[in-house]
Amino acid sequence: MAVMDQAQAPAPPQGPAGKGVKSRAARPAAYITKKVFALVATLFVASLAVFFSRFLVPGDPARFLLRGRSPKPEALEEITRQFGLDKPAWEQYLNWLGGILHGDWGRSLTYRQDVSDVLLGRLPTTLQLVALAAVFITVLGLFAGIVASLNKGFGDRFILITLTAAGAVPPFVAAIALVALFSVGLGWFPSFGSGDGGWDRIWHLTLPALALGITYIAMVARVTRSSMNEQLLREHVEVATSRGLTRGSVVARHVLRNALGPILTVSGVLVAGLLVSSAIIERTFGLSGIGQLLVQSIDRLDFAVVQAIVMVVVAAFVLVNTVVDLIQPLIDPRIAAGTESR
Amino acid sequence: MTLAISLPQAGLRRYGSLLSPLAWVALAVAAAVVLLSLFAPVLAPYDPDYVDLNNVLAGPGAQHLLGTDALGRDLFSRLMHGGRTSLLGPTIVVIGSTVLGLLLGLVAGWSEGWLGKVLGRVFDLLFAFPALLMAMLAIALFGKGLFAPILAMTIAYVPYVARLAQSLVVAERSRPYVQAYRVLGFRTPWVVLGRVLPNLIPTVGAQSTLNFGYVLADLAALSFIGLGVQPPTSDWGAMIEESRGALLGGYILPAFWPALVVVLVVVAVNVIGEELSDRIGGKLS
Repeated sequence: MAVMDQAQAPAPPQGPAGKGVKSRAARPAAYITKKVFALVATLFVASLAVFFSRFLVPGDPARFLLRGRSPKPEALEEITRQFGLDKPAWEQYLNWLGGILHGDWGRSLTYRQDVSDVLLGRLPTTLQLVALAAVFITVLGLFAGIVASLNKGFGDRFILITLTAAGAVPPFVAAIALVALFSVGLGWFPSFGSGDGGWDRIWHLTLPALALGITYIAMVARVTRSSMNEQLLREHVEVATSRGLTRGSVVARHVLRNALGPILTVSGVLVAGLLVSSAIIERTFGLSGIGQLLVQSIDRLDFAVVQAIVMVVVAAFVLVNTVVDLIQPLIDPRIAAGTESR
Repeated sequence: MTLAISLPQAGLRRYGSLLSPLAWVALAVAAAVVLLSLFAPVLAPYDPDYVDLNNVLAGPGAQHLLGTDALGRDLFSRLMHGGRTSLLGPTIVVIGSTVLGLLLGLVAGWSEGWLGKVLGRVFDLLFAFPALLMAMLAIALFGKGLFAPILAMTIAYVPYVARLAQSLVVAERSRPYVQAYRVLGFRTPWVVLGRVLPNLIPTVGAQSTLNFGYVLADLAALSFIGLGVQPPTSDWGAMIEESRGALLGGYILPAFWPALVVVLVVVAVNVIGEELSDRIGGKLS
């Protein structure tokens, strides 16, 4: 189909042909290299920030790491040895970074276990929660945005007002409201725990995922709506309609595809936001995931775990952003070619 | 493509004279909440921490306007007092991040050399740390309460202001009026602070207004999970947390009122912020 479309399409205006062909072959590699380099550089600087944040706290680092626990001499000695506190700062950092790259994330004071083991045990719940929230966000957000964009007048106004209200509901308020309505009021969904595997898990995670996603459902819907509205006015849509294509195929192939760019752009922010907000949602619904672990570790002054989770979330954000940057040219080749003009 | 022709007008004039009816309502709601919180010590009918175990979970009525919580404390009084901590945090964060962001954005936008590039990279990096995450890291370092999250969120919101200011400064820099001042030999600090800065304030102000809502929600969330304002100090987020037991027992009101106030304030602030940014016609992310 795509080939036929190209054959039928009028020849594009001839630019400086030789240069265009050459750069099209050379650019993707350069583009990818640049993005990957930016990814590594950002992660490196972020790791510096996360590691050296500890040095902002005045006083003895060993006592800081042992806050809330009895600072016995042997404990202080143990923590000094474990974190290498007697070594210079840069050496501590290199050891920490080397450890992270080799899967040694330090030891948790609370769990008396390796941080990586604690994290891995909690990861599935959080990933399932975030994945379910992402499904809700994609399905409900795109649906609401598309419906709003295609129904001018009352429907659009109604959805827009609902979205503005929904976007202003903080996740923890949404969680409380959903529990009040669906757990206490109607008794349809449980308000606590993550259930057993399979459908029971999904049943338990439905309310948390909705609470987690509500802000982003509104955000994705709004971006979809405005992005589609922008596309609907463009000439190529008019041309497609005048060629006799059905409304559905015009919307799916000529409006939605072009509208995807801005929607993808927000997904990096979205994933980081979901991971961070999951701290609050998991705590509210008693799910033992990474977010709950982060809050507990702050509560129990277990700094090694906090450091590791902060690094994981930042890495997830940077990684998703890079992936989005790499996918975008596939949807809109003008971005890689650097000739994007809207 | 519409061709937008905007002349550099004197700063705040760009806000226009009249807001829409919806924005007026939002402004009235916000003003009412601020005034009630500000004058809580004078206006509140009860001591917010006064426990009355004979009057637990009372419904709304003449004695207790909005009812009482699980310890018999007057919800209306607690809401008014809670507004003081709940609004103070976002106010400090927004003022701090706006001032810092404007300054850094001005420097980054004005300097064409390495300084602008480095600052741009720093802003990009800061975006990788979500505000709530930064706040939690700060709490892990400096302890629970309002100080650590306020400090962290001020820093976290600087790039939102600074990036915007930077792009605006770059646009302003090439405008004829700036060129004219330079040709006439006016000193750079005078041109930047006296003539360019006022033109940034409307757009940046709109962004900062929107930021206020996000910060309020995040700080309330921190109090809700027990990392922010500590009980028994009343705070909207902490009030919702305290009311969870009552909620599961079927008493919705103690959690409903603070939740309603949080949502109302955030909606009001968002409406005002979006109205302002629409009026300016600037594109806010």
